[in-house]
Formats: sequence, structure tokens, C-alpha cells
Amino acid sequence: MLDSHIIVNLVYLVAAVMFIFGLKMMAHPRTAVRGNLISSIAMLIAVVVTSYLIFADGGASWVGWLLIAVGLVIGSGIGIFLAVKVEMKQMPQLVALFNGLGGGASVFVAGAELLGLTDARATADVMLAIGISGLIGTVTFWGSLVAFGKLQEIEIFEKPLPIPAPQAFNAVLAVVLLILVAVMASTGMGWPFIFVFICATALGFTLVMPIGGADMPVVIALLNSYSGLAAAATGFVIDNNVLIISGSLVGASGIILTQIMCKAMNRSLINVLFGTMQAGGGTFGSDD
Amino acid sequence: PKYTKWTALVGSITIFVLAVFVGFEIITKVPPTLHTPLMSGSNAISGISIVGALLSTALGANWFASFLGLLAIIMATVNVVGGYMVTHRMLSMFQKR
Repeated sequence: MLDSHIIVNLVYLVAAVMFIFGLKMMAHPRTAVRGNLISSIAMLIAVVVTSYLIFADGGASWVGWLLIAVGLVIGSGIGIFLAVKVEMKQMPQLVALFNGLGGGASVFVAGAELLGLTDARATADVMLAIGISGLIGTVTFWGSLVAFGKLQEIEIFEKPLPIPAPQAFNAVLAVVLLILVAVMASTGMGWPFIFVFICATALGFTLVMPIGGADMPVVIALLNSYSGLAAAATGFVIDNNVLIISGSLVGASGIILTQIMCKAMNRSLINVLFGTMQAGGGTFGSDD
Repeated sequence: PKYTKWTALVGSITIFVLAVFVGFEIITKVPPTLHTPLMSGSNAISGISIVGALLSTALGANWFASFLGLLAIIMATVNVVGGYMVTHRMLSMFQKR
């Protein structure tokens, strides 16, 4: 009875528990380094056991294995290069960049799954998950890139947006996005995904562009929470527990961390997201 | 009992909700010096979408889906490998002091 799927899911459970312990340990100075190590080992375990699952299912052609190998090598190379080369004071924008890539990965997984979807599997719940994954992932991707650009002090990201009423514009975008996702879920049609991507791209820009550079750490913490939620949504798309657990773990703890960081800066989250640019910190914060 | 795909969905939603509660409870007091490393470390965890990227690339419904899968693997791997390494660098920086 112990087929490969059951074994793999049990190992996923081990990895998820290790993520929980790792994250908890990272919040304390004495255990932080070990916590990060445990979490990274959990990730390695998840990747290895997933490769085993693909192997046991005989699910990949040699082209598939080649793509997997190429992707892992290129990704590791870029990741190692950036992590080693970056200067201390550039670390926050590097985190923003990594976070954006994580969100983008969720979008592409959702897209790839959508392309391979048979009519029988295009049920309301799967289509809803694909839509949400695309929506949150895309906002995370572009929002994080804007945060990166602002911290890197690239000029285009420091100009105000040429939109008269940005908040009304965002509200309209949000409504359109919800309708598009609802259409995907209720009809099982895939084409609205393109428009989800386009509208969420615009939303990612218009949400983060008006926020001042000093508030960027809080924004990155919030976007980190979003990328977790995007991963959780992807977990619903491919029906995978380790994605659901780890994603929602990051999503929820990210919100808490965002609040903690706001408090430390004497700002309220509402103020950061909708308030004026860099109000000097603390003149009218802390009313939460 | 009748086992349908909705049974599985309810199971997934249960897991989701419980994990959200764990996430809310897991972090309470964090010293300010650990804010950025914690953010960076939990960001690396959200790179778990690498698992989805591997699975959908292996599935590769057509060449475009495979291409998207490859991009997803690259992006998620940068997130994971870079994320853990830069977090480690930040933390070892604090420990020296």
C-alpha cells in the first residue's frame, strides 16, 4: 500500500514541520542561524523528494529532465552569484528582487498548468486557484521589482505616476481582476488569465509606485506575505500539501512581521499603503 | 463513505486554514535586528513554488508549457538558493558583533 505518492507526501510533511521550526527559531537571536539552516535543508528535501516523485511516476521525458537540470543549474548560479556579490547595504533590495522572482514563479507554474489542463480537470476550484495564483503572483512580481528599483535609486521609479486618482484607479483594477477570476472559475475558460496578468501588472506598479523609499522595508515584508499566498494558491492548483502549508505559513507570518516592522518604525500599515510619502515617521502613526 | 474530489478539496482547505493559524502564532516578539533576516528567510521559504515548477515542467503539456516551467524553475531556484544564502550572510554578520 505504501506507494511512492504516500511516501512523498509523508516526506513533504516532514519538510513542512521543519519549515515551521526553522521559522520559529529565526525569530530569536540565539537560534536564528540554525533556524535558517533547518529551513534550507527542508527545502532541499522537498526538491529531492519531488524529483523522486517525477522519477517514480515516469512522468518526465529526457527533454523534461534536461529542462529541470538546466533550470536548477542556471537558477542556482544566478542565486549564488547575487547572494555572494551583493554589498551589505544592498541586501534589502536583493530580498525584494528574490521575492519578486518567487511570485513570478508561481504565475508561470499556474500558466503552465493552465496550458496542460484537460476539460475534465478545469473545474471551478482549480480555475479559481489558477486565477488567484496568477493575480497575487503578478502583483508580487511587479510590486517587488518597483521596490527593488526604488531602493536601488533607479530614476524612473522615483517619479510620481501620471494617473490623476491612483486610489480610484486601483479600486477599478481590483474589481476588474475579481471579475476576470470569477469568469475563469465559473466558465472554466482560460483566456481571461492573460488579462489577469495584464491588469495585475498595472496594479503591482500603481500600488507600490506612490510609496516612499523609506517605507520600502515594510512594503517588501507585505509583498513577501503575498508571495507566500501565491505559492499556497499554486498548491491548490496542483493539489500539493507542502505548497499549501509553506505558502500559507509565509503568508500569515509575513502579515505579522509586517505589523511588527510598522510598529518599530512608528507607522501604521494603512499609513504606509495609502498615506503621504515619508511623513517623517511617527507624527500620526501608531493608531492601530 | 463516498470519496469525491470535493473531499480532497475540503481536506486542502482545512490544511490551509490551520497553517494560516500556525503562521499567525509562530512569530511574536522579534528584535529589530532580526526583522530583515527573518523577512529574507521567510521569503526563501515562499520559494517552495519550486516544487510546483519541477512538477509542471516534468508534465510539459506542450513546448510553451515546458518553456514556462523552465522559467519558473529558474526564478524559484534563484529565490531559494539566493534567499537562503543571503539570509545566512546577514545572520553571520550580526553574530560577529
